[in-house]
Amino acid sequence: MEALLREYLPILIFLMIAVGLAVAAVGGSWIVARQRPDREKDSPYECGFAPFNDARRQFDVRFYLVAILFIIFDLEVAFLFPWAISLGSIGLFGFWSMVVFLGILTIGFIYEWKKGALEWE
Amino acid sequence: MIVQGLAFYMFAAIAVASAVMVISARNPVHSVLFLILAFFNAAGLFVLMGAEFIAMILVVVYVGAVAVLFLFVVMMLDISFSELRHGFLQYLPMGGLIGVVLLAELLTIVVGWLISPQVGEVRAHPTPPIDQLTNTHAIGRILYTDYIYLFQAAGMVLLVAMVGAIVLTLRSREGVKKQRIATQLARRREDSVEIKKVQPGSGI
Repeated sequence: MEALLREYLPILIFLMIAVGLAVAAVGGSWIVARQRPDREKDSPYECGFAPFNDARRQFDVRFYLVAILFIIFDLEVAFLFPWAISLGSIGLFGFWSMVVFLGILTIGFIYEWKKGALEWE
Repeated sequence: MIVQGLAFYMFAAIAVASAVMVISARNPVHSVLFLILAFFNAAGLFVLMGAEFIAMILVVVYVGAVAVLFLFVVMMLDISFSELRHGFLQYLPMGGLIGVVLLAELLTIVVGWLISPQVGEVRAHPTPPIDQLTNTHAIGRILYTDYIYLFQAAGMVLLVAMVGAIVLTLRSREGVKKQRIATQLARRREDSVEIKKVQPGSGI
């Protein structure tokens, strides 16, 4: 346990440095610089067009479809990792168990392909 | 050891604080960003417990994918932020009910863990110590063989999710020009090019 956590210590130190740098950069400019905001300075673009409308518009639902299909294959790959490193000890049964799992998802993949869900018109 | 303790309190405190911000932030997009922060801190807590694989999956799946999905949902809903505040009291009974159900379930697990007769048996076969076998190995050894039915059921659930998402959201638009590679390849020179001799000084 100790040895495992020691391997993660650099990540913790890195995290601390990252948070410290971010706080120093934002906090430093907040403390040192003069703050005199006006309407023009606070607008998203200082020059160029005035924005037409709010950025929180409704999206096309197809973005959502792409994201959800990504999650499903993401999970499929997540299942592959423990399988790959323990393949030596789970034998042929474990191997075919994963092949069946991949087969089920391949059916879905073929359905998705034939249906044209991967095409972006 | 002291670093471990400090890291635990830091992750736990930030997780609880950002969870509070999720439900109290005015802007739903900010709520989702605080949710991502809570996920990250939960991943840190998992690492402290020695559950590396779960921690990394939490970062990859929840932070990378589910949070994006939440952002999409938030942006797709037509929300006017002032109206959102008005509904707070209206949804309070329902939200409170769900909270009570969740609390009851957690208490059932904890109390069941204390009084269940099988606990001794489970304690007799703990997960192997991390020095001998990593967490990912330990999962891989049982997930695909001992728990094969649950594993295949997970595959079925993913399949249903895929088909369901396509059925619900896919619609083909009329009048969109697409590239048809077969038609392009089947086209021949003789069908589309015509050569004419043009006399000098006269039109076609």
